[in-house]
Amino acid sequence: MNDSMTMTAVKPTLEISGLNFFYGGFQGLKNINLNVYEKKVTAFIGPSGCGKSTLLRTLNRMYDLYPGQRAEGKIIYNGRNILEPGQDVNMLRAKVGMVFQKPTPFPMSVYENIAFGVRLYENLSKGEMDERVEWALKKAALWTEVKDKLNKSGLSLSGGQQQRLCIARSVAVKPDVLLLDEPTSALDPISTAKIEELIAELKEDYTITIVTHNMQQAARCSDYTAYMYLGELVEFGETDQIFMNPAKKETQDYITGRFG
Amino acid sequence: MNPVYRKRLWTHRIGIALSIGAMAIGLFFLMWILFTLLVKGFGALSFAMFTETTPAPGSDGGGLMNAIVGSLLMVGAATLISTPIGILAGIYLAEYGEESWLAQVTRFVTDIMLSAPSIVIGLFVYAIYVANVKHFSGWAGTFAISLIAVPVVVRTTDNMLKLVPSSLREAAFALGAPRWKVAMMVRLRAVKAGVITGVLLAVARISGETAPLLFTALNNQFFSANMNAPMANLPVVIFQFAMSPYDNWRELAWGGALLITFSVLGLNILSRTLLSQKTPT
Amino acid sequence: MAPSEQKSADQQAAAKAMGSTMRKQRLQDFLFHKLTLAFALSVLLVLAGIIVSLIIGAWPALKEFGPAFITTVEWDPVNDQYGALIAIVGTVATSLIALLIAFPISFGIALFLTEICPAVLRRPLGTAVELLAGVPSIIYGMWGLFIFAPLFGDHIQPILKKTLGQLPVIGQLFQGPMMGIGILTAGLILAVMIIPFIASVMRDVFEIVPAVLKESAYGLGCTRWEVVRKVVLPYTKTGVVGGVMLGLGRALGETMAVTFVIGNAHKLSWSLFAPGNSIASTLANEFAEAESKLHVSSLFALGLILFVITFIVLTAAKLMLMGLSRREGAKS
Repeated sequence: MNDSMTMTAVKPTLEISGLNFFYGGFQGLKNINLNVYEKKVTAFIGPSGCGKSTLLRTLNRMYDLYPGQRAEGKIIYNGRNILEPGQDVNMLRAKVGMVFQKPTPFPMSVYENIAFGVRLYENLSKGEMDERVEWALKKAALWTEVKDKLNKSGLSLSGGQQQRLCIARSVAVKPDVLLLDEPTSALDPISTAKIEELIAELKEDYTITIVTHNMQQAARCSDYTAYMYLGELVEFGETDQIFMNPAKKETQDYITGRFG
Repeated sequence: MNPVYRKRLWTHRIGIALSIGAMAIGLFFLMWILFTLLVKGFGALSFAMFTETTPAPGSDGGGLMNAIVGSLLMVGAATLISTPIGILAGIYLAEYGEESWLAQVTRFVTDIMLSAPSIVIGLFVYAIYVANVKHFSGWAGTFAISLIAVPVVVRTTDNMLKLVPSSLREAAFALGAPRWKVAMMVRLRAVKAGVITGVLLAVARISGETAPLLFTALNNQFFSANMNAPMANLPVVIFQFAMSPYDNWRELAWGGALLITFSVLGLNILSRTLLSQKTPT
Repeated sequence: MAPSEQKSADQQAAAKAMGSTMRKQRLQDFLFHKLTLAFALSVLLVLAGIIVSLIIGAWPALKEFGPAFITTVEWDPVNDQYGALIAIVGTVATSLIALLIAFPISFGIALFLTEICPAVLRRPLGTAVELLAGVPSIIYGMWGLFIFAPLFGDHIQPILKKTLGQLPVIGQLFQGPMMGIGILTAGLILAVMIIPFIASVMRDVFEIVPAVLKESAYGLGCTRWEVVRKVVLPYTKTGVVGGVMLGLGRALGETMAVTFVIGNAHKLSWSLFAPGNSIASTLANEFAEAESKLHVSSLFALGLILFVITFIVLTAAKLMLMGLSRREGAKS
């Protein structure tokens, strides 16, 4: 049988339980419980302000950069709760990578953009680094377009290429999880299609979590979907089930476009 | 035409005319001053000005070589000192500014020091350094003008760093980079051009400063590259020569004034062109 | 070794390597924080140092003359009697004259650049104003003494004497010998110096006004001048005052532009045409050759007074400017 998804047991890479999040006095996430499964794509959808980006950013503790933002609860990764104060955040981020809505190439050459992340934790020789850069660019389907331009600035690429460069950069450090925060909303339809193809390939090797305000994208790309509203997790389940036969009326209303 | 509207229209026209007039006045003075410098200083420009030392009172001819060299030495040394201090302090303000009241206070004080009277800076350096070692020196002068340059560099660096979009910083953190690498290798690099502009503006500012050198470097009639002794410099020489009764001294003063002004203006224009080419979007 | 043992040994080695990288990074971040902090603190240290050293230097004079130092007119190096009043009056008078003249002109320039100037000219004219700000003050002094003062004394001062000098009360200000140099001239040169500075600050302040606000006024049919008076100005009131005070702070401390033309006379007079002295010009002229301890100390006392006045004015200015941009949510 080809339907391997329901046959093999799926392991959760991230187990979120009782997660609350606060921006100062305002509560952005209320009692979130869900699992992000290994080598599957999980989508977070919902109207503006529902907390989907907030949830994504707790997974790599990006909120730590901003005093006044705090999270309570548990997110278990590799047997440990990453929200505990003793956790080494840099190490976590080396294993849980993030790609942003706006492409963010560093002010360096294409080669250096990718080497930067790798050099943080590995000591590679020039030959090994060259291989790694090529490998990462191939994984992001960018190699053929930039192989003669490795020394040109990352900023000289087009928008879609810059975003794939950011994906290559995240992939180069060999993470377990990739967090994608509306990765195609700043791109044209052709680049968007290329990136969605990329996601389908990448999930063979990485666990992927994607935030998107485009429901059709979630339906196309993801295996699991979480529908959120006003900081709460309304419904979570396999994508097919959520879109074709949602359990809750609120989910149904959002999916059919009655609001939002 | 509606009489109320006519009155409003005239008020508007007068206001606009006054405004244009103000701009014209500003431009007029700029032109006048630059023109004066060119007319009076051009005559002094000669090979001799750059090769001969300052003439003794009453003697003929002479040049500004020792003053030019002295100024170059002191401005150069001050730049080397104030640039790393200023940039690192600016990085501190931009990186840790949100979380630390100390950073807010420092930012405030830096802005005040930007406009502080430069003669008081000279007095300060005199009190803590010159009075103790009992002689004037090039180092004292360097110290004084560094104190003026640092706030300029700090402020520009701080402002430039704050322009870097947070998504770029977050992308670097998202790879697991430690804070210092994010600050130096990503954020600072993104605004390299702007920071260099800040340094150039600081250099332009200190090149023309006279007051802080009056009681620190003092002046030197002869050529000397000894930073530990009184050092000739253009601004103080100009001050001395301009008010003197000797014709050749006054001519040299104008020549020196021309030299300083056009160097400073050149640096200003250079830094602005640099900045406009490379501002991050 | 069995394969599973090898794998866990590898994992342990990798974890150890990661651990040492972690420690190295933490150390690097710690050192980075301390290093940048130290340099930032040095600015604060300098400020403290200035205040302390000025007080120490001024102490003998302050002890000798007491608070009367500020109101005594006599400044007599020969008899070692010193009072700061002449210098203080000179400083304040020249700065106020400068402000009175610079304010409307800077305002007009800032207005022109933000509201009236055609877009093509905005950049070059703006740069021209900034260039004027970059001219070293000693140049202003020389230009003032050799070019401006003779013209002023020969042509303008007589006119002022005949017109303003005939009015009751303020006429006194415009009497006296017309030498071209003096308090008024110094004030005028200072004005030209601080015009570009204040104009820059005001321009930044005007640009903070949100376009939608101005557009609502235009939408009602307001003329450009009315939009400025009724929308831009009230909105930026605090900022404009802040900008003016920044200019005042600069003017108070200015040395070279003033020293050349103020006349260097230790005399007080009602006439603005008369020569006088400012704190900065007194210091510039006398410090290097001051002999007696009391003379030096009195000069330090002058410096202390100047620093305190300037500091207060600049702090007030900064607070006002911060108040404006905080309203906007913009960072100052």
